[in-house]
Amino acid sequence: MAYLELDRVAKQFGAQTVVDDFSLSVGKGELISFLGPSGCGKTTTLQMIAGFLDPTRGIIRLEGKDLTAIHPAKRGLGIVFQSYALFPHMTAAENVAFGLEMRNVPRAERAERVRAALTMVGLAGYEDRHPRRMSGGQQQRVALARALVIKPSVLLLDEPLSNLDAKLREEMQIELRQIQRTIGTTTILVTHDQNEAMSLSDRIVVMSQGRIEQIGTPQETYEKPASAFVSQFLGKTNDFAATIDRTVTPARLVAGSWNAPAPAGLNGALTVSIRPERIGFGDSGISAKIVTRIFQGNHWLFQCDSECGPAIVIRQNDGKAQPAEGEAVRLAWRPEDMSVRARAGA
Amino acid sequence: MSAAAEERSARAPWALTAPALMLFVGVLLIPLAMTVMLSFHDWGQYKGIEPVFILKNWHEIATDPYYAEMFWRTFRIAILTTLLTALLGAPEAYILNRMSGRWKSFFLLVILGPLLISVVARTLGWALLFGGNNGLVNKLLMSLGAIRSPIPFMFTETGMVVALAHVMMPFMVLSVWAALQRLDPQIENAAMSLGAGPVTIIRRIIMPQIMPGVLSGAIIVFSLSASAFATPAIIGGRRLKVAATLAYDEFLNTLNWPLGAAVATLLLVALVLIVVGSNALIERRYAEVFR
Repeated sequence: MAYLELDRVAKQFGAQTVVDDFSLSVGKGELISFLGPSGCGKTTTLQMIAGFLDPTRGIIRLEGKDLTAIHPAKRGLGIVFQSYALFPHMTAAENVAFGLEMRNVPRAERAERVRAALTMVGLAGYEDRHPRRMSGGQQQRVALARALVIKPSVLLLDEPLSNLDAKLREEMQIELRQIQRTIGTTTILVTHDQNEAMSLSDRIVVMSQGRIEQIGTPQETYEKPASAFVSQFLGKTNDFAATIDRTVTPARLVAGSWNAPAPAGLNGALTVSIRPERIGFGDSGISAKIVTRIFQGNHWLFQCDSECGPAIVIRQNDGKAQPAEGEAVRLAWRPEDMSVRARAGA
Repeated sequence: MSAAAEERSARAPWALTAPALMLFVGVLLIPLAMTVMLSFHDWGQYKGIEPVFILKNWHEIATDPYYAEMFWRTFRIAILTTLLTALLGAPEAYILNRMSGRWKSFFLLVILGPLLISVVARTLGWALLFGGNNGLVNKLLMSLGAIRSPIPFMFTETGMVVALAHVMMPFMVLSVWAALQRLDPQIENAAMSLGAGPVTIIRRIIMPQIMPGVLSGAIIVFSLSASAFATPAIIGGRRLKVAATLAYDEFLNTLNWPLGAAVATLLLVALVLIVVGSNALIERRYAEVFR
C-alpha cells in the first residue's frame, strides 16, 4: 500500500494553474525527487504536502488519512528549506531542540536526542554555535538535524543543496543518501539539478509546466524518456526525424540513411531519440561531418553536422584513434539504444 | 615612496574631510562649547550676563526640587511615549509586513504620510479634537450625554504622551519594519512545521528577532520625545513644563540665558548617557541577531 499518496492534486492561483492532475504513490522509505525547471510546480507541490498551501483540487493521503485536513503544525513532517530558515537567535542545539520542545519531550530525553541528531550530521561539538557563525554546509546540516530529530513521517527537502558550492554539494549528496538509507525516512526531494536527482533518488518525478512528464527510476527516465521534454532535460540527447517505410517487407524504420526493422505498432511521423554515448562511428548510418572535436579527459565530445540536423556524439577515450574535425563519418546505433515516439506536432 | 610623498598622502584624508569638518566644528561644536560655558556664567535682573565662572546655576538646578520634578516629568513622558509607540508600533509593523503588495504600500504611505505634515499642525489637531469645551470630540460626547465635563487632555501628561506617541509612531514602525525585512521569509513556516502554534511563533521566533528593531526604535523615540519642544509647548503649555520648554522660557522670556544653558546642557548630557548606555546594552544582548 502507498505510504504517501497524491491523488489528482491541482493548484490554481487565480486563473493560473500551477500544478495540475498530479498523482503519485510513494512507498515507505522511498526517496523520490521532483525534478524540473524553475516554475514547473515542484515547490508548489511540496508546499501542498507540507501544508503551507491548500490544493485547489485533489487529495493528499498519508497512511490512508487525508493530510489536507490536518493543520501544518500537526502533520509531523520534517522540512529542510532552500534558505535553511534556521532561527538565528538560537544556538545549533536550541534550533534542533525546538521541535522536541513543541512536542513536550522531557528535558533529559531532549538533550540526548539533540546530541544524537547533531552527531549524525557530523556536528558534534557545535551545539553552542549560532547559525550566523557557521558555514553554509554546517547550517545545512543543522537544518537537516532539526528536521530529522522529530522523527518525521516524511522528510521534505526543498532544493537543500542549491546554496552550496559544487564540491560541497557532491559530498552532501552522498551523505544525505547515507543518512536517508540508515534511518529509512520516506523522503521527497525538490531539485532542478538532474545529476542530484539521478544520484540520490529511488524514483524521479519529472515535471514540466505543472504536469508530470514521467515517473520512473533514474535509469528508466534516462534510458526510456517518455517525452521529448524528459530526454532533453535529463542529459544530452539526439532527436532525429524518422518514418516507417512500408514499401519493403518487413517494414523498416528509416532516419536519413540509417534504417532498422520497424518496431510493431508504429505509424506516421516519428522521432527517434539516442543518447550521444550510444552512437558509434560505422560504415553505414546517417552521414555526417564532424564540426568540432573536444577532448574532455575520459571522453571525446564530437559536434556533427548530419543529414538529419546537428548531432552530438560522445566516445570513451579508449586509446583508439578518433576521427578528426572536418572528417566525413557515418553515425549508427543499435535499435535497442533508441527510444521512438510520435513526432510532436505531426 | 619618498618621505615627503608619504606625508602628503597621510594628510590627504584630512584635507578631503576638512570642509565638512569645519562646518561640523563651526555650527555644532563651537556653539555647544559656548552653551556649556554660558551655563557657568552669572546673571542678574539688572546686570544681565556676567562672563564669570560660578556654579550658581548648577547649584540652583541641583537643589531646587522644581527642576528635579521637571526633569523627572520629562523622562516620565518620554518613557511612557516610548512604551506606547513600541506596544502599538511593533504589531503595526508586523501586520503591515504580512499584507499583500498593494495594501502594504498604501498603508505604509498612511503611516509615513504624517511625517510630511508639521509637528505643530499635527499637535494642534489634537487640541482641536480635545481642547476644552470647544474640542470636537468633547462637544460631541457632551451633547450625546456620554460625559458631563470635557475629557481632560490639554495640560495633562496623558495628553502629552498621546500626542507625542502619535508624532513618533512612524519612527518606531520604520525601525521594526527594517528588522522584519531581515527575517527569512520561510522562518514562520519552519517553526510551524516543527509544531509551533501562531502565539509560540510570534513569542519565540518573531519577537526575539525584531527586538533589536524595537529597541533601536525605542532609542530614537525616547531621545526625540525627551527633547521634543513643539508638542509639549502646545499641549502642556506653561503649566506642565518639560526640559525643552523650560530652557526656551529661560532664554526668551526670563532672559536668564545662563540658567537656560544649564538646563539644556543637563538634558543633553542625560540623553547622551542614556542613549549610549542602552545602545551598548542592546548590542551586547543581541550580538547574535545583529551579526
